[in-house]
Amino acid sequence: MDSDEEDHRTPLSRRPEWSDVTPVRQNDGPNPVVPIAYREEFAETMDYFRAVYLADERSPRSLQLTSEAIHMNPGNYTVWQFRRLILEALNADLHDELDFIELIANDNSKNYQIWHHRRWVAEKLGTDAMSTELEFTKKIFFIDAKNYHAWSHRQALGGWEDELDYCQQLLEDDIFNNSAWNQRYFVVTKSPLLGGLEAMRESEVRYAVEAIIAKPENESPWRYLRGLYKDNAESWINDSQISSVCLKVLNSQINYIFALSMLLDLLCHGFQPGQEFKVAINALTSESDSPDSEFAKTVCSLLERVDPMRSNYWKWRKRTLPAQAV
Amino acid sequence: MSSPFRKATRMLIFMCYVDCSMGELEVEKHANYILSVEKKKDDFESVVMEHLRINGAYWGLTTLDLLGKIDEVNSEEVVSWVMKCQHESGGFGGNIGHDPHLLYTLSAIQVLALFDKTNILDIDKVSNCILQHVFSYTATVTLWIHRIQAHIAGLQNEDGSFSGDMWGEVDTRFSYIAICSLALLHHLNKINVDKAVKYIVSCKNLDGGFGCTPGAESHAGQIFCCVGALAITGSLHHIDKNLLGWWLCERQVKSGGLNGRPEKLPDVGYSFEKCYVCYSWWVLSSLIIIDRVHWIDKEKLVKYILDCQDKEKGGISDRPDDAVDVFHTYFGVAVRIIWALHRLRSNHLGPRSTSFVDIERHTEVVPSSSGLSLLEYPGLKAIDPAYALPVDVVNRIFFGR
Repeated sequence: MDSDEEDHRTPLSRRPEWSDVTPVRQNDGPNPVVPIAYREEFAETMDYFRAVYLADERSPRSLQLTSEAIHMNPGNYTVWQFRRLILEALNADLHDELDFIELIANDNSKNYQIWHHRRWVAEKLGTDAMSTELEFTKKIFFIDAKNYHAWSHRQALGGWEDELDYCQQLLEDDIFNNSAWNQRYFVVTKSPLLGGLEAMRESEVRYAVEAIIAKPENESPWRYLRGLYKDNAESWINDSQISSVCLKVLNSQINYIFALSMLLDLLCHGFQPGQEFKVAINALTSESDSPDSEFAKTVCSLLERVDPMRSNYWKWRKRTLPAQAV
Repeated sequence: MSSPFRKATRMLIFMCYVDCSMGELEVEKHANYILSVEKKKDDFESVVMEHLRINGAYWGLTTLDLLGKIDEVNSEEVVSWVMKCQHESGGFGGNIGHDPHLLYTLSAIQVLALFDKTNILDIDKVSNCILQHVFSYTATVTLWIHRIQAHIAGLQNEDGSFSGDMWGEVDTRFSYIAICSLALLHHLNKINVDKAVKYIVSCKNLDGGFGCTPGAESHAGQIFCCVGALAITGSLHHIDKNLLGWWLCERQVKSGGLNGRPEKLPDVGYSFEKCYVCYSWWVLSSLIIIDRVHWIDKEKLVKYILDCQDKEKGGISDRPDDAVDVFHTYFGVAVRIIWALHRLRSNHLGPRSTSFVDIERHTEVVPSSSGLSLLEYPGLKAIDPAYALPVDVVNRIFFGR
């Protein structure tokens, strides 16, 4: 609602259809602990809302009143709750309700009440809602591709069919979209149509490696890559695609912190680095770095220097290196 | 975005800035500041606060208690107002005449705990109501998922989690609220703790973090809920502390502030729109609970706060504001107040001008076998990161002292 619209609003007290209702003021008790001054039109709307709420008037005008109240403050749980009772009593067309929610959600897509209400409506509509809900979340992602509520809504739907393509599309828009990476993992591991993690691993590793090469400073594909080898460290350290992406990024000498970090993890799991890794690390080491006879310790020292914000973490890693890390 | 919310957002940002500049003020003035914030008459409160006044009361009063200034509030008035927010069902609304909700019920219990007044509750009734709320929320969601998915053949989860079991599909935020409330009421035995814990653990991701449901993205807020709930139920051994600790400390960005999950880093400086403030409480409390807070850069964090202060005169109205959740806004403000107070306190301690040095020192000194590290400052009460209540209040509840 624009401030212009608010200015042109007719007070409820001057609307004929409300003339029979006596508004009910907020009862803060005689000595309110935290007295609050309400803005006039909001206060009036809530006063009338209280009147219909207390009278349990489940009428079209009450429904309209809840719309106004929600426009002014979509966070009020009681108003939403009462609206649901009215919708049920009036046997209202819930497709209209979906439109109303969309209107409110455009401006308040992170509001808990909206999503709870949306689920309530979707549940009432049953299986018809599947495609509308998938579309609805897409609209929300168009505004905010990382909206947590919308992702939760979408995951619950479990629409698998084109989901991997959709993730792809979102990642093309923004390769840093961690929600889309998470959804990709969700689909790859859970979709009944794709054959599971093992079947998808090879192509997904390729995809993650490409994303890393494009933006090595992006945390998400590195985490994703590790996730693809869930419970299978053996394949992880032996897959040449993993070590070579680390090496490639290290040799580029730009944005290589995550590559170093993964190399350290590989070493901790028994990876045997070839001469090319030693050369790459050597090239990154400056004279100020304390020389370490052990390769893994050198990697830790390097991390300490290039990622000073987390130097305590890297120091701890150095102190707790497992025996197999060379 | 509707104009009341735009105003609310600006107000939030304004309050954050004001708060950042509080470093040189006296404790007395902080207390007055908080009291005046509670009494302030303007659009922000009029639109935003009414329905969640009880949350506001909780944060404001907790902050006052940390300052040792809670006596300045008339406890009888507060308690009688809180009790007027209670519904017949036993649950609490955000204000008088509002429908009960889990969020407000937890805040009500926390406020009563601050005044040592939980004994005036009909505890059986309240705890049953909490269970019912979790159940009805879960039932809506479960029913919905059930109905939508029923027609897609072969999609039923192998573990049969659509059985209508009340912990089946509960959002981990509600797991935390229910567990924290019931623990404060000594009624944790009313739920199947093992099952609740098992469900939370099923929301653990490969990055060590937690989401709202199994497979959902790790997020600092959800992590706080899960780590807090696991701490309260003595189940911290389910957490891969090193992996999660690393993920959490990766949340610190160039500016020194903290984000809530991985994202594109701004090239120059930082932008206020990401509202790192809100994430700070979650990330820090989680790190404290798992005893890894020393992995983040304390100096940078303090510098980030000072950067906010420098930008006090910046044009806040021009910022493109995200749709700020009203609960988050007050939450963020309150966290900021608590932070600034920590900083203030350590300024008083002498040359070591960062509170986080003290946090680290403390976490290293206190045996963390309980999994709960406590923040303690002379003259400023320590806060328990899992219950989000002053430590002495938590001790009074659980140890009768």
